[in-house]
Amino acid sequence: MSRMEILRFALRGLAANKLRSFLTTLGILIGVAAVIMLVAFGEGASQGIQQSIQRLGANTLTVSASFGGGGGGFGAGGGAGGRQEGPRTQARQLTLEDARALADPGQAPSVKSVSPVVTANSATAVYEGADHTISQLVGTYPSYFEATNKPVETGSYFVNDDVLAARKVMVIGRTVAEELFGAASPVGRQVSVSGVPFTVVGVLKEAGSSGTQDADDVAIVPLPAVQQSLTGFGPLGSIIVQATGAGTTESAQAEVTAILNQRHGVTPAGTADYRILNQATLQETVSSTIGTFTALLGAVAAISLLVGGIGITNIMLVTVTERTREIGIRKAIGAPRSAILGQFLVEATVLSLVGGLSGVLVAFAGTRFTVAGIEPVLVPSSIALALGVSVGIGLFFGSYPANRAARLRPIQALRHE
Amino acid sequence: MSVPVLEVRDLVKVHGEGDARVRALRGVCLTVERGDYVAVMGASGSGKSTLMNILGCLDVPSSGSYLIDGTDVGALGERQLAILRNRKIGFVFQSFNLIPRMSALANVELPMAYGGVPAAERRSRALAALERVGLSERVHHEPNELSGGQQQRVAVARALVTAPALLLADEPTGNLDTRSTEDVLRILDGLSASGRTIVVITHEDDVAAHAKRVIRLVDGQIVEDRRQAPVDGLPPRMTTEAAG
Repeated sequence: MSRMEILRFALRGLAANKLRSFLTTLGILIGVAAVIMLVAFGEGASQGIQQSIQRLGANTLTVSASFGGGGGGFGAGGGAGGRQEGPRTQARQLTLEDARALADPGQAPSVKSVSPVVTANSATAVYEGADHTISQLVGTYPSYFEATNKPVETGSYFVNDDVLAARKVMVIGRTVAEELFGAASPVGRQVSVSGVPFTVVGVLKEAGSSGTQDADDVAIVPLPAVQQSLTGFGPLGSIIVQATGAGTTESAQAEVTAILNQRHGVTPAGTADYRILNQATLQETVSSTIGTFTALLGAVAAISLLVGGIGITNIMLVTVTERTREIGIRKAIGAPRSAILGQFLVEATVLSLVGGLSGVLVAFAGTRFTVAGIEPVLVPSSIALALGVSVGIGLFFGSYPANRAARLRPIQALRHE
Repeated sequence: MSVPVLEVRDLVKVHGEGDARVRALRGVCLTVERGDYVAVMGASGSGKSTLMNILGCLDVPSSGSYLIDGTDVGALGERQLAILRNRKIGFVFQSFNLIPRMSALANVELPMAYGGVPAAERRSRALAALERVGLSERVHHEPNELSGGQQQRVAVARALVTAPALLLADEPTGNLDTRSTEDVLRILDGLSASGRTIVVITHEDDVAAHAKRVIRLVDGQIVEDRRQAPVDGLPPRMTTEAAG
């Protein structure tokens, strides 16, 4: 009895019940495809989020004012500290003086650069009849470009002199350039923002969109220029601090905390009136969260794979019971046990292998689509795992009914009705 | 004298336990020479089917031993039993027992597939066997497209295609009409005339009349052993036909 012969018998057995074989295969197909696709979407989401975090800039800390909790002091016109909101004395806004203090190399040796930031939301820019509402108009220092990883593609950056002189110059994002100028080069042109003319000196390299927010719908101008013309000389929106290296972000954070605590009069037991967002910490937290999420998705998919496997067992049990008489006949004319066992094992394996492989194909097709802004990333190990598990399930769950069939004494099998 | 095809010594078979205990065979001794044509007769419950199942290695006896073509069956393992069933025994069942959804040809080829015969030889031998039972026209029909008599002839072809030492037939005509019965019996006569050893189980005297030797079983014991024709001669019906 050759292997080919056993394979032929098995295929004939499967073909005898096409619909049943198809449905069983479908169960495995869905299980395998679900595992691969869900893991791919999880991985895609994780990579997408990692990228958008990295796009924010490497080794940076973002300091912003915090009004949550005991923010009662603010707006009360310098009200006394002993209020019932807690031990916090008085919430203060971030100021340019805070930023200058952070830039002191003596007190903060791990800090490479400090960029104070004010943001004007939804400023309308006009150029020769074309107008566009810039979703983010940022007033800052030149170090901002490096800290937040925003390189200029054409034209140039503005420099410290522009800041000192409060020149009305601006670097714009790709979206703004296209909306206002179309294909023409914007460098050197004058754009009017809320009636104030600005000269475009550079265009940023395209950053791509992260989720719903368009990172290219941005304009960056010197800090005093935006304060003079648009926001006024109020508090800073945030301070971007860049550490000297990846290894020094932690110490930079400690230094920044110490300086700000001292300047804002925050006691060690009190609640700070500012927040520090650490890019590295954020990235770690997010990736571990996404990892958990992916594992959860994978587990759900694995359950459907298991259900598919139980489907195979069920079908093989039915098949064996239904064909007990046939098994008896085959044994009576001299079929060895191994041939019977082989036939049913091959049937189960073919079912799960065909289901598994088509599941992989479906998953390959499915992961070519972008769903909800997530670009799926195929994880090779998940393919190997899903396929291996499906074939393993076929062999494992198929071997029980097959063994039962092969062990029958011919006369028992023949008498079976 | 050559080794007998079948040598049975003191065969006992007990079914069930306790109160439900039934002694189907109570010490059967039997020797069948090569070329003999034996009819085993008996009423229902006489143990003839039990004997046949044990001789065909489909069931195992409670005690006693038997040799097929010189091989002690009781000493064989699972694998060797399968080989023995495949090479030495051809079995014809009352209910035909063809495999559904397989053509007559595929059914006849099946024992040779398990026996490891190459595909081309298998085909030619299967076609020859089907021709011998007069079914050359219907080799590609499936069992449900054949009449009962035709199905039984396919089953006979399947039993003889491996050239077994012993052809066992368990009530081969039990489910057939008179004409089909005659067809099948004529084929068995022809096989006997060409030297095959045949053991057939029946409760019909007409069928037994074709055999060279008739054994009668009552309550699991042999009560009569009558020879109707010599072992090396033609079966009785063929001699009378030739004479008439």
